[in-house]
Amino acid sequence: MATYGSDRLSALADPSRRAIFEALRQGPRAVGELAATLPISRPAVSQHLKVLKEAGLVVDQAAGTKRLYRLRPDGIAALRAYLDEMWSDALSSFAKQAEATAPDRGSEEP
Amino acid sequence: MTLEPIRKTITVACSREHAFKVYTEGFDSWWPREHHLGEAELVEVVLEAGEGGRWYERLADGSECVWGRVLAWEPPGRVVLSWHIDGDWKIDPDPARASEIEVVFTEKGPGTTRVAIEHRAFERHGATAEKVHDGVDTDDGWTGLLKLFAAKAAS
Repeated sequence: MATYGSDRLSALADPSRRAIFEALRQGPRAVGELAATLPISRPAVSQHLKVLKEAGLVVDQAAGTKRLYRLRPDGIAALRAYLDEMWSDALSSFAKQAEATAPDRGSEEP
Repeated sequence: MTLEPIRKTITVACSREHAFKVYTEGFDSWWPREHHLGEAELVEVVLEAGEGGRWYERLADGSECVWGRVLAWEPPGRVVLSWHIDGDWKIDPDPARASEIEVVFTEKGPGTTRVAIEHRAFERHGATAEKVHDGVDTDDGWTGLLKLFAAKAAS
């Protein structure tokens, strides 16, 4: 769980993957449909979907002969994942500032 | 949907009084600049002193977004804040649908303070969760988060 948030971040750092992610916000899509609407080749779309799936951002399911990809339907879990990272950032930043401005800094042994 | 609270602790080399003051009055001095809601550049984040105080961001275009309110104000030991930002990364002003953040400052020795954060009650954002579960609509809980993830990843 500790690296979950950063996996998501790195997965979305790529502009092509963000484009695919945005397209999936319109609803479930097959690989071919995504490749047809985006300036990305079909094998590249497949590769990007694999990364998004491993990062826990999309899920896939068989639909007849096709495989449909969709966003994971848990916005609150995503919010929590983001906040987990935010509070880690925030708390370490807070500690630095609190120590840098402490009037009693260095006057006591820790 | 039940989600575990987020719990984080850190030990800082300063008094409890100073830690509380920096956390509250000095909120803007340490808040990571990339974490904000609006499109425009972040000017400042303000945590108003006292119960009922507002906790908000002010942006370069003059707009303000209220993140929450001060629910409990007990210097120098404890402050509790509400969090009104839902899974769509939008402001939901209904207190019944806000999660909350408790920050506890504990003296561990002379000039040493432990700061513990607990962000809890995510299930109160449940209205959004249901909508997200129902949804093939485009407003699916990822809109603002995606932007934030992207901005964070690019920074």
